[in-house]
Amino acid sequence: MTLNGADVAVETDPLRSLLTALRDELGLYGSKNACEQGECGSCSVLLDGTLVCGCLVAAGQAHGREVVTVEGLDDLSDTHHVQQAFADAGAVQCGFCTPGLVIATVDLLRRTPRPSDDQVREALSGNLCRCTGYQKVIDAVHQAAEAG
Amino acid sequence: MTATGSATETRPGGRVGDRMEKVDAWDKIHGRFEYASDLNRPGMLFGWAARAAHAHARILSIDTSQAEAIEGVHAVLTAADVPGRKTFGLEIADQPVLAMDRIRYRGEAVAIVAADDPATARRAAAAVVVAYEELPPIADPEQALESERLHGEQWQDHGWHEDRRPNVIRTVVVRHGDPDAPGEVAVSGVYELGRQDPAFLGPEAGMAIPDGEGGVDIHVATQWLHQDLHQVTASLGLPDEKVRIHLAGVGGAFGGREDLSGQIHTAMLALRTGRPVKFSYPRDESFIGHVHRHPAKIWAEHRALRDGTLVNVRMRLLLDGGAYASGSPAVTFNAATMTCGPYLVPNALIEATTVYTNNPPAGAMRGFGVVQSCYAAESQMDALARELGMDPIELRVQNALAEGDVLPTGDRILHPLPVAETIRRCMALEPPEAEPLPRDPIRLPGGAGNTTKGEGIRRGIGFALTYKNCCYSAGYDDYSAARVRLIDSGADVVAEVRSAAVEFGQGLTNVLIQVVHTELDVDRVVIAPASTTLDSSGSTSASRQTWMSAGAVRLCCEALREELDSLGGRLAPGQTIEVERVYRHAETSPLDPDSGQVLGERSHVGYACAAMRVVVEVDVDLGLVRVVWIGTAQDVGKAINPLAVEGQIEGGITQGLGLGVMEELITEGGVVQNASFTDYLIPTTLDVPPMDIDLIELPHPESPYGLKGVGEPPAVVATAAIASALRDATGLPLPRVPVRPADIALGR
Repeated sequence: MTLNGADVAVETDPLRSLLTALRDELGLYGSKNACEQGECGSCSVLLDGTLVCGCLVAAGQAHGREVVTVEGLDDLSDTHHVQQAFADAGAVQCGFCTPGLVIATVDLLRRTPRPSDDQVREALSGNLCRCTGYQKVIDAVHQAAEAG
Repeated sequence: MTATGSATETRPGGRVGDRMEKVDAWDKIHGRFEYASDLNRPGMLFGWAARAAHAHARILSIDTSQAEAIEGVHAVLTAADVPGRKTFGLEIADQPVLAMDRIRYRGEAVAIVAADDPATARRAAAAVVVAYEELPPIADPEQALESERLHGEQWQDHGWHEDRRPNVIRTVVVRHGDPDAPGEVAVSGVYELGRQDPAFLGPEAGMAIPDGEGGVDIHVATQWLHQDLHQVTASLGLPDEKVRIHLAGVGGAFGGREDLSGQIHTAMLALRTGRPVKFSYPRDESFIGHVHRHPAKIWAEHRALRDGTLVNVRMRLLLDGGAYASGSPAVTFNAATMTCGPYLVPNALIEATTVYTNNPPAGAMRGFGVVQSCYAAESQMDALARELGMDPIELRVQNALAEGDVLPTGDRILHPLPVAETIRRCMALEPPEAEPLPRDPIRLPGGAGNTTKGEGIRRGIGFALTYKNCCYSAGYDDYSAARVRLIDSGADVVAEVRSAAVEFGQGLTNVLIQVVHTELDVDRVVIAPASTTLDSSGSTSASRQTWMSAGAVRLCCEALREELDSLGGRLAPGQTIEVERVYRHAETSPLDPDSGQVLGERSHVGYACAAMRVVVEVDVDLGLVRVVWIGTAQDVGKAINPLAVEGQIEGGITQGLGLGVMEELITEGGVVQNASFTDYLIPTTLDVPPMDIDLIELPHPESPYGLKGVGEPPAVVATAAIASALRDATGLPLPRVPVRPADIALGR
């Protein structure tokens, strides 16, 4: 697969999750493991540009495809204002959900560059956060949209 | 091993009162921050626990031979292998490290294994064969008071109120004035709260690494390194200096990491195998692997004069402590002493009792006993206002506590406490106008799942008020130590702060940096990793750590300033000076065990109050709820970092909202039914409304910079405020939270 812009070969059980392959085989610990059933969004990654939960995709499904994780966002041109907005807005507390939220925000702003409040809430409703109450996360998305 | 927890400021210079971005935000945003579950080391093994299959049982035998025979398994340990004390616990060591003869809740650890990979470890744990004699579970706290004892010993030698009923962990009684004093009007009610889970996203995780000399280093996500240390060394049978506990990245805590999870287990496995051993709980294990908020049943009667003056509050609280004591004794104390809310109550009779059951253990969770009290007491204040035909806000202002007033425990309010001001400032926040129908379904109660056009929607506005104690109470020797080293490198002047205080996302690291920049003229501040190689800073809990550790670091800075003065005002290039200081807050006293009256000047150090107004919409036909808006005014003393203070308040409100309308860990016969994020619902972006926050900065005269703890009051008051709004919308009594759709739709 192409992982964060580089060709990567990994030998693993194709039925293991992509998340497990990323973390345990490839040492990319940025995608978090918090529920393993697609409820929390902490493991969100982009698969051929589509937002998916890494825990719900079998590693074999990523064969020959393009995967972008939170570690790869620095190399993209449309992500820096999202990262900056999350820091500026105070959207990070314990931060465990943050990689997933940042990826989900990048995905949202690609589809909807100037989202309404409702669109932000709907788009991020699959990403659980236990610390922030989401207010500053939503602020961050709007700030990123303005900066983008 | 990466030194997690160390931090260097990214934008230097923030002082006390500045809005600062979190210094660790950038690493977290990039996925570079190392959480406990991300720890890895070559050659590491994976630990797993075999857990009890029943809520109440006797163990007849344990057979580990099949587990040991699995290829890749390196150790299978049971209670017989615990080298030191066989039990542990925060306040009372009543919980077996590994189950011995009796199982008291479903999920307690029976055996632990270490294996080459997580899948093998899990398989080996499942291969441990335990023969049980099942016993009927005691799942009802009222039944527990009349059942056989779940623990052989009754823990009564603590100078507490004498309560010999079976299964009592602790009873606190407070008698004040004339507990029989009649009023002209009385209201009474019975209230219940379900079991809330802290549900932090970062699972329990850590790694133990043997040092080759009989000792061990443990890297773990926790709330108080030294409290862990004392429990771990006791059970390992090692002196304190053989064990070092280091803070690994913490993915949220909320009280649920005050107790041990895998610390002793993973250290035992590492010492047995001589290899690093990692553990990381999957979500279902996490739900049963940490303590929960105490479910409660509360009987309350409020008596008042016709003009609204409170005369007498009589409340009895029964808290479900579950199988082991954990933080129950202190939670009971808190629930009993903060019961009435921030009102002048001249006569009172309060009894709070926590009992053992065969339910999962309950312990610390944000709000610590006051969430339960507040929900019942504020429901009563609304009921009293209705009975009197008074405005509920006026009733609260009329009875609001102020400096000089005496609490039911005999504590005098020694400092300005802006209760009435907090109410006024909250009421000045304007709720939004009702939104017309039809509208986008995403803004209907129940969201897009609501199949109506909004014809059943009723709007309601509610209000609640609370206060929460800050820091440890009741005579506890509460302190925080810190060291600050000043280094002139020649190129710049750096302050290095060394503290064992735990940052778990709330923003303590920034606070310490801001204190240094306020007190010293330095170019940069570096925060060293937290570990037990330093003296204790106490727990990051009880709304105390910012107060205590800002206090300790400020003392260090003051001492460094004096030393600098003696050196002519500055260091020479290459010169380093270092000081260590210990901060203690004012002394507190316990209560008389029989009267519940404070034996000294005060049992609590300080209080922070919060008022909250909530607008809800309820589809009364479907029982669906939408929280539309929340406005809150909170007494924060001094906002050290307003951005982080707002974040604490918004997050606290959201947890309170969860308990109000959706969060409940359901048990049947002691067995948890919904240990997943699919079935245990926490609020999402679609459940949380916009929030308006007004910070009230009236400095506490004794705390550093006048600050007060800010994390707990919003979590305490939100549940009560939401219940108040739901009652306003529905006209139903709603005596139980979380309020479920059927409670509304069926009017129960």
